[in-house]
Amino acid sequence: MRSVRVAVAAALVVVALVLQVAVFPHVAWEGIVPDFCLLVVVAAALVRGPAFAATLGFGAGLLLDLAPPADHVVGRWALALVVVGYVAGLMRQDTRTPVTTVIATVAASSFVGTSVYALTGLVLGDAVAGSGDLVRVLLVSLLWNVLLTPLVLPGVMRLLTRLEPAGAR
Amino acid sequence: MRLPRPSRRPVPRLLRGYRPLRPGPDSSDQRADRSRLRSRMFALVLACLTLMTLDHHPGAGSPLEPAREAMGSVFGPVEAGTSSVVRPVTALGAWFTSTRDLHRDVAALRSENSRLRAQQAVSQYQRNQLAEFQGLTSAADTLGRALVPARVVAYGPAQSFSRTVTIDAGSRAGVQPDQTVLDDDGLVGRVLRVTPTTATVLLIVDTESVVGGRVGASMKVGFLEGRGGLGDHGTLDLQLVDQSEAPAKGDTIVTWGSQGGAPYVSGVPIGRVTAVYASLRESSQRAVISPFVDFAALDLVGVVVPSGTHSDRGVIEADGRLQ
Repeated sequence: MRSVRVAVAAALVVVALVLQVAVFPHVAWEGIVPDFCLLVVVAAALVRGPAFAATLGFGAGLLLDLAPPADHVVGRWALALVVVGYVAGLMRQDTRTPVTTVIATVAASSFVGTSVYALTGLVLGDAVAGSGDLVRVLLVSLLWNVLLTPLVLPGVMRLLTRLEPAGAR
Repeated sequence: MRLPRPSRRPVPRLLRGYRPLRPGPDSSDQRADRSRLRSRMFALVLACLTLMTLDHHPGAGSPLEPAREAMGSVFGPVEAGTSSVVRPVTALGAWFTSTRDLHRDVAALRSENSRLRAQQAVSQYQRNQLAEFQGLTSAADTLGRALVPARVVAYGPAQSFSRTVTIDAGSRAGVQPDQTVLDDDGLVGRVLRVTPTTATVLLIVDTESVVGGRVGASMKVGFLEGRGGLGDHGTLDLQLVDQSEAPAKGDTIVTWGSQGGAPYVSGVPIGRVTAVYASLRESSQRAVISPFVDFAALDLVGVVVPSGTHSDRGVIEADGRLQ
């Protein structure tokens, strides 16, 4: 069962990455696309808690850092998504998560993820945008993620809940 | 000697009713959970920091380059496959709005238009070049090169603040790092790294991209730096080597070219000057260049390779022959 869980989580992340780099650029606004990987990590955090989500975030971030069009320092998205997994995991509730909490968590995670990524870029002297660009990217990606939340999160959360080990809650 | 015992001070009335938010002390289970989480977070963050330190200077010397390559050869074909599935769907809009014939006419006109525009854009440069090279064997510069056609299959997200794309031609198609990528409008970028079937291209609008440019009208040389935007915000900054000369609005910029044509071959149109800012204090001129290429809608591109390169697909030679 454990291997099935890992396989499903990995498959979700791969699909998210392909959607992000190969499909959604066709409808992107100035190259800003929804962060599907971040949405998967947030879904995992709300279902399974911070430990699982941070680990999944590390894997997803590593994939984002290494898969083809990426050309930044490896570990930047990994760190951003580890933090996102942890922060979103703290919002997990023992009962069914209310819709408002889900949306608020996605918005906060989107903000935190992009900010951590931008900050590491600043520290490492990697590609950094101007502050105006940064704010635009932050806001537009946040809007994208919140808009896509009702389409992505319920399905992913249901799938992860079904795979949850019995008695984990 | 006895130490004086701390006196018990009366608890203020307000605080007497205070209850901690958590009901009762944590169970040992919860405490174990928390310490497990803490050690896992510590391990994950440490792993991220280690990776960043190892990869501090991305490029050929990085110890993580093999991992990048391995990931590229796995994900490249997946991206190419997805892109070929999605392309008919994104093209559907255009197909619905016009009949097949109209569509073909539009495509033909558009390609002629862009050819003429490119011709007009470089004509001044070419006149100057012709005058300069008169009596010399100037043709050798443009001969001996061929184009490998490729399609853009994946875009790096703008959230990553770097402008890179994946194309579906790799080392099997004869593409090597540091080769020029262009499309029918002008310069697109250069190849960063290749896998057998795909290559990663750094667009010239990326903030880390620097291209040697030449003003077509005055033949002055300078450096173009990307500003990191796509679409309308995708502009470049031009700084001329000779600070006394200012480019005029509307001037065309072409590539200066490098030794051996790597990473950029010379004479490829880049863009047009849209604004010039002069800083009196630093006595320097900064010109804003609007590129000819629409970076938000890249599709078919060509990679400049040496003539006679062995490739898994048709190579367009300098004289227009398909090989």
